Amino acid sequence: MRFERRDHPSRGLTLLAPLGAILAALLGAGVLIAIAGANPLEAYGLILKGALGSRLGFSEMLTRATPLILTGLAAAVAFRARLWNIGGEGQFYMGALAVAAFGMIPAIASLPAPLAILLCLIAGAVAGMVLLLLPLGLRLKFGVDEVVTTLLLNFVAVLFVSLMIEGAMKDPLAFGWPQSVPVPDSAVLPKLMERTRLHAGLVIAVVMAVAVWWIQSRTVFGMRARATGLNPRAASFAGVPLGRTLIVVACLSGGMAGLAGAIEVMGVKGYVSTDLSPSYGYSGIIIAMLANLNPLGVIAAALFSAVMFVGADSMSRALGIPSYIADVTVALSLLTMLVAIFLTQYRIRK
Amino acid sequence: MSTLLDILSSIGMWEAVLRIATPLIFGTLGVLLCERVGVLNLGIEGIMTFGAMVGWLTVYSGGDLWTGMLAAAAAGALFGLLHAMMTVPLGLSQHVTGLGITLFASSLSYYIFRLAVPTASSPPTVTPFKPLPIPGLSEIPFVGPVLFSQTPPTYLALAVVALLAFGLYRTPLGLALRMTGENPHAADAQGLDPIGLRIGAIMAGSALMAMGGAFLTLAAFNSFFPTMIQGRGWICVALVVFASWRPARALLGALLFAFFDAFQLRLQTVVDGVPYQLFLMLPYLLSILALILMARRARVPQALMQPYRRGER
Repeated sequence: MRFERRDHPSRGLTLLAPLGAILAALLGAGVLIAIAGANPLEAYGLILKGALGSRLGFSEMLTRATPLILTGLAAAVAFRARLWNIGGEGQFYMGALAVAAFGMIPAIASLPAPLAILLCLIAGAVAGMVLLLLPLGLRLKFGVDEVVTTLLLNFVAVLFVSLMIEGAMKDPLAFGWPQSVPVPDSAVLPKLMERTRLHAGLVIAVVMAVAVWWIQSRTVFGMRARATGLNPRAASFAGVPLGRTLIVVACLSGGMAGLAGAIEVMGVKGYVSTDLSPSYGYSGIIIAMLANLNPLGVIAAALFSAVMFVGADSMSRALGIPSYIADVTVALSLLTMLVAIFLTQYRIRK
Repeated sequence: MSTLLDILSSIGMWEAVLRIATPLIFGTLGVLLCERVGVLNLGIEGIMTFGAMVGWLTVYSGGDLWTGMLAAAAAGALFGLLHAMMTVPLGLSQHVTGLGITLFASSLSYYIFRLAVPTASSPPTVTPFKPLPIPGLSEIPFVGPVLFSQTPPTYLALAVVALLAFGLYRTPLGLALRMTGENPHAADAQGLDPIGLRIGAIMAGSALMAMGGAFLTLAAFNSFFPTMIQGRGWICVALVVFASWRPARALLGALLFAFFDAFQLRLQTVVDGVPYQLFLMLPYLLSILALILMARRARVPQALMQPYRRGER
């Protein structure tokens, strides 16, 4: 058996790949559900019902998808340029922390809401950028591979958050719980649906996805970033400034992850704690791959993950299957997606 | 100043160094073996988690401690096989495959753990490995308790260092493995099978990683809880660069690292006014520092992260 590269992967196959991958992942996770003694079809039915079957479930699903779209974009933008940013989790936390810190400045808290929101969003994005520019700097200056440094910085970032919310930024009114001072009302994102947690962050996330798509497919920078990823040597020969392109990519990528943290604080939680993120940063990597690094596809992939995560919670309560099954399914879909993409690019010959 | 000396001269601290180093030794050797044949294995964090869970679960459900270690190794090898099938014959992205394995293996561990222990506020415990003083040697003052009163898996880890160092540099198989990591085309031309060698090495390396995880639940602690690996796997990946891909230096790196870890743990209790989070950050920052120091000096296997497909360049 050998593999033969297809000259022109068909567009249909490429579009079908994520669906095939998700189906395969659901099959695999179905076996695990069956082992646990439940009917997989019933479980998946309950997951769909939990996430889409009610107004509350649907709004929760969209609330959950909001940070996932942004962390997915963060990974997609970086991976396209072969910048291995695995530090989305840490950048998310830095963005969240920056918002809380900004909110503590009286001058900002007293600004009119639109302005306070804008400034806080920018602060969050910049904080995320900074945490990615550090490892990128190490790569450009010392040749240190950014995979491991971004991974390690995730742990440093969460510890730094813990340090701040138990120290200078601790909320004295939180009965001793380690959490930050809440953000001022002027920096809270408006709600999209009455009596739910769904907030305007969703709109920001979708706008960002479209903006990133436009930048990647319609601007000179987008082409340079792609060329840097496909073949850095050729790109450099063609006059692409590699270092500068990577720095802009890092700003975009870290900025998206930081923005995700900022929006989660300003839209949902209202304060920062060390359990703010159920690994949104790592999920973003899966979402980016499921979307085949396409910014618009990221929206769809984030919705799939959000359905799994939110639905699994209510399924878990009904059937007694651990809700970790959602994490298993989503992680498995990353592996099956890799194989699916391979099958669109190669054909198998005897 | 005198407290520093007190810490440094205490037997307990030096005893802890080897104990803290053991999972890192297993993990670092595992990564080293994979990378020596040219494959980056970022699955380590998840494979260690899975090893920790399987080792614990085996003993918890009645198996003995060595069966637990063995079960962890076998499970690790299986994840290694999955990683190898995707990165070697298919030649998929090693970064993404590894991260995928990590996310899959760790969420699967939590799922199985929750199935086995549905409702428990505190994680159930097992009786861990006891220290095994080596007769005679363990009675040497200072050196005895520090080196020769460890748990059996620690001795095993040290034996694996020697075995891997000897195997890689003094046997035909080791030469074949190293050649595969430097130039798979040349290895193929010599009549070797780079694909098979890579698959085998990744499976063996992943088994070692899982044993490192199992050490945590079966010797260092006595129970399993989610997120217990705490980035140890990623630290191992950094240590391999620090070790310049050589087993003996990997041992040195793991010991040095464990020394700082043991030292900061004790320093925390005597230094006032410094937030404990700063101490906890140290291991990660040290790893980054090690990478900065070694990044340009280390001798990277030349075919690292280059997929090999026969007849394709």
